Amino acid sequence: MPDKGTKRGNVLPGFGLAMGFTLAYLGLVVLIPLSTIILKTATMTWGQFWDTVAAPRTLYACRLSFFASFVAALINAVFGLLVAWVLERYDFPMKRFVDGLVDLPFALPTAVAGIVLTTFYSGNGWIGRYLEPHGIKIAYTPLGIVVALTFVGLPFVVRTVQPVLRDLDIQVEGAAASLGASRLHTFRSVILPQILPATLTGSTLAFARALGEYGSVIFIAGNMPMRSEITPLLIMIKLEQFDYAGATAIALVFLLTSFSLLFLINMVVLRRQAEAAGGA
Amino acid sequence: MAARRPRYLTEPTAIRWLLTGVALAFLLLFLFLPLVVVFTEAFRKGIGAYVAALADPVALSAIRLTLITAAIVVPANAIFGVAAAWAIAKFDFRGKNLLTTLIDLPFSVSPVIAGMVFVLLFGAHGLVGPYLLARDIRVIFALPGIVLATTFVTFPLVARELIPLMQSQGNDEEEAALTLGAGGWQTFFRISLPKIKWGLLYGIVLCAARSMGEFGAVSVVSGHVRGVTNTLPLHVEILYNEYQFSAAFAVASLLTLMALLTLVVKGLMEWRSGRRANA
Repeated sequence: MPDKGTKRGNVLPGFGLAMGFTLAYLGLVVLIPLSTIILKTATMTWGQFWDTVAAPRTLYACRLSFFASFVAALINAVFGLLVAWVLERYDFPMKRFVDGLVDLPFALPTAVAGIVLTTFYSGNGWIGRYLEPHGIKIAYTPLGIVVALTFVGLPFVVRTVQPVLRDLDIQVEGAAASLGASRLHTFRSVILPQILPATLTGSTLAFARALGEYGSVIFIAGNMPMRSEITPLLIMIKLEQFDYAGATAIALVFLLTSFSLLFLINMVVLRRQAEAAGGA
Repeated sequence: MAARRPRYLTEPTAIRWLLTGVALAFLLLFLFLPLVVVFTEAFRKGIGAYVAALADPVALSAIRLTLITAAIVVPANAIFGVAAAWAIAKFDFRGKNLLTTLIDLPFSVSPVIAGMVFVLLFGAHGLVGPYLLARDIRVIFALPGIVLATTFVTFPLVARELIPLMQSQGNDEEEAALTLGAGGWQTFFRISLPKIKWGLLYGIVLCAARSMGEFGAVSVVSGHVRGVTNTLPLHVEILYNEYQFSAAFAVASLLTLMALLTLVVKGLMEWRSGRRANA
């Protein structure tokens, strides 16, 4: 029975082997290790758990993580859309090079991104020295965290919007133009509704990436408790103090909050996509 | 293609210039100049200091550890990626969406938490740690821990490249080969593997780059023993925190070159697949 469990009467072999290996490897490398978070938290009393999670320092770090990631995702939504638009629709010198460079934050180690951005934006850095006299401090402030998170999330919106822009039906724009719509009007009511779901998906991915980011942030953030300390760093500090239970409790709450938030956003995006597909 | 658009289907020239200008300024500020910073800072004290920073025994041992880690992690995740893509793209089964979500899970887990779970498992007070330590098997603060944490973080990379690729290619060639009497492994090695080789290559290169550059997860499990459990990114951190900026950037420039190589391979792959699509 080679096609057991398949619908198409599949003649291809190897389902059992591939599936078995996939599940075993997934279990060993990802699922069993992750489940230790729940096991470890279960050893704490409710009071211990609450004291760790509701501590002002923890709450502040979580708020900062979510807020900075949100701002960075917003910046990436706007500029990612713009970059995707320019790359897909206009011609300029070295376009291929620029297009390739967009993926740099995917490939560049986060520690390198961290020291580079800090050198770039600190008070005597390349850019920082022009901003600081005007009272704009980036490095060692929450603003620096936003800059680092914008960097790591930059490719997501560009790369999700680009294929959608490429596949847009040009005749619809032609129809809008021939009916007398201005270019701006066409963009707002014809193009934007079609690329908005991809933009939202891309910024959600950027947001998710930013929430857990550690390497690029710790160099530029200054890491002051109650001011520029993000949640992953707080978990790291607890681990270094051998407070494993505390670290685990924070990690659990942080993971659950981010998963439910991402789940909610995905639901909204999927509904919008369905609406766009049905309403067009 | 933009040049071929009729005028009523594009924006006025001034707007086009403005949008291009703003987009390029954003990329210049966030991507290009930081890239220039790495190499300028790395060579600030001259080429001699650059070479000395890389030839330092501690740096060399970090390079060795990083390469060993990647040499274990990349093949493991590549084999997993091929197996997972084979199961998901070639067959229909219940729970496929759940499996795909679970494979992507490590992307939404903070690297610090990824490292932490292995400390909870294998640390001195962990679930199986005391048992292993009693038998003198060290996982945390040693190579196995670094390998495990890196495997976790780079887990989905190859699978994610291959699943959509295999799905778009379909099974026609494989079915033809099997009908003509080829065996399962023969079909896989002579038909399926050549079909996905560019996607697989990019997945492997990306996985290698990420595993050599992983910082947060490795930072938790490594213990930062100089010359013993320090990978390249951790070495960068130590140098930077000791204010040896030129040396830090010299080591960082190695990692940056690796990242740039990844981008080149991706460009090549897209160029190849684009050429085939046009042919």
